[in-house]
Amino acid sequence: MNRTPRTLFDKLWDGHVVRPESEHHPAVVYIDLHLVHEVTSPQAFDELRRRGLKLRRPDLTVATMDHSIPTLFDAGEPRYADEQTRLQVDALKRNCEAYGVRLYEMGEPGQGIVHVIGPELGLTHPGKTIVCGDSHTSTHGAFGAWAFGIGTTEVGHVMATQCLLQRKPKTLEVRIDKTLGLGVSAKDLILAIIRQIGVDGGTGHVIEYTGECIASLSMDERMTVCNMSIEAGARAGLIAPDETTFNYLENRDHAPKGDAWERAVSEWRTLRTDDGASYDESVSIDASRIEPMVTYGTNPGMAIGISESIPMSGGSERQALQYMEMSEGDAMVGKAVDVVFIGSCTNARLDDLRQAASVLKGRKVADGVRVLVVPGSQEVKRLALAEGLDRVFLDAGAEWREPGCSMCIGMNGDAVASGQLAVSTSNRNFEGRQGKGSRTVLASPLTAAACAVSGKISDVRSLM
Amino acid sequence: MKPLVTLTSRVVVLPNDNVDTDQIIPARFLTTTTREGLGEHLFADWRKDPSFVLNRPETKGAQILVAGNNFACGSSREHAPWALVDFGFRAVVSTSIADIFTNNAVKNGLLPVEVDEETYTKIVAAASAGNDEVVIDLKTQTLTLPDGHSGRFPVEGFARHCLLEGIDQLDFILREDDAIAEFESHR
Repeated sequence: MNRTPRTLFDKLWDGHVVRPESEHHPAVVYIDLHLVHEVTSPQAFDELRRRGLKLRRPDLTVATMDHSIPTLFDAGEPRYADEQTRLQVDALKRNCEAYGVRLYEMGEPGQGIVHVIGPELGLTHPGKTIVCGDSHTSTHGAFGAWAFGIGTTEVGHVMATQCLLQRKPKTLEVRIDKTLGLGVSAKDLILAIIRQIGVDGGTGHVIEYTGECIASLSMDERMTVCNMSIEAGARAGLIAPDETTFNYLENRDHAPKGDAWERAVSEWRTLRTDDGASYDESVSIDASRIEPMVTYGTNPGMAIGISESIPMSGGSERQALQYMEMSEGDAMVGKAVDVVFIGSCTNARLDDLRQAASVLKGRKVADGVRVLVVPGSQEVKRLALAEGLDRVFLDAGAEWREPGCSMCIGMNGDAVASGQLAVSTSNRNFEGRQGKGSRTVLASPLTAAACAVSGKISDVRSLM
Repeated sequence: MKPLVTLTSRVVVLPNDNVDTDQIIPARFLTTTTREGLGEHLFADWRKDPSFVLNRPETKGAQILVAGNNFACGSSREHAPWALVDFGFRAVVSTSIADIFTNNAVKNGLLPVEVDEETYTKIVAAASAGNDEVVIDLKTQTLTLPDGHSGRFPVEGFARHCLLEGIDQLDFILREDDAIAEFESHR
């Protein structure tokens, strides 16, 4: 049979169309996994209630709590930031119970940041469509799943019908040639990509990351890359599954077992872009030329290599520099740091904590710097404890917290004070993102740890 | 959802590029479990500045927000369109609007209008001259300025239909129940 060559995305799309799109309506697309958390779900559950609808597939729906939950406990009791956050978490519990949704509760094995636990539990598979009321759902694309963030109305659509209305997006190939140098990590790679294509470079597109560098990355690293696709405007980022993917998933709780595993893997091997298939657009980047990256402005595209100085800017960028209290021509290296945050769905997996610990081991956090380390999940925490990483952080003078989104979004009381400069392994340096008036510099776990030790923005390579 | 066919209104211009959803509605207001009353917190941090455009008396009652490129990038929070609609906006105009926001907006009767650079520049100029009543016609997909300049804008066909009629998209998918069951039976 002579089939038209297809991209990986074409295959994911074709496999999920319940009704094809027409001039009059978008395609009805089937959703294989719906992830739910406390912030973007209560209004959707209320809509089901209002209309008297059932939740169609509780078996394809999994909930956890991550955004509003505290990372500190008093004698086992969560220390909520305020009454409203407690009410929101309670609403999730009640809703999951009422609609039969499996909920991973605070402190329970399996709980954690929604984009950390999906893969960890083996729920995220190649070839699936995965949605969540959270823009960083793009993370799961690292497994060759079509995964994207949706709003609360669409959360309700999926609850009621297990489907969404979608127009087929365009495809953008981002090919990464060669490999990353010493001290340069997946976070630096994605910041370099966003800098190159721009914060709206991926709008209307699904990105597929390809090339030698991507193939060499671990799953934790691939998730970091796909996680920030949305910061380039792309709702989804994809990486074709390979042996690294299969090795990660094998034997996980919800991964297929026995013969089903063999069948799944042989199916998953077909999930790659065919020779001769074409993307709507393609760009390429040479990984060997990327340095450790830091942001200097108020969007993730305003990023430079650690040895560069802040470029000339105009218009809105000037306002961003003013907010950040930075000037054109300044070096980032040497700027005093108040807070270091190591966590978030971008960089709170075991690889990330290991990297940060490798820098902090045998060293001390600089005087006056507050360092918060927040594992992405109970499972990451368990593995980190088993390796003694918590001791490394605590001995260095960092705080070691319970899993959650924490200071990435600052909804739970873990916030950066107004005017303070935070070096953060999270994904957004928007004005006030980490607390009203907070100033954020995005960086890798290696760079964040180096900044913690020196109390200044630093090139981690000088400590290696 | 209230139908939207034509809209005649003065505009509020926020010329910043890359206005993100954390500015539209900061995360500390996302602990709510309802969708009502968020207009009060629209651009909460920027509104602290007395000179911020929404604090100017002449912008009161305007139903069209005009913003710089890549408007509403960032988070998927539907609280952003909820806040804009609750405040009184029915349309947002920019040279580029983020994908998730666009999806969320049309489901809340808020029309995303992507115009070319020329039209955008003309709107900003008209606003600074104080002659900024524009007409948005969703049937013809045009935005017309007081000087007669008119720009066309794209709208996804089904979203347009739903906005014009004030129809809920969920009803459409619910009617596909048999097709969905059939699809599920092969999995």
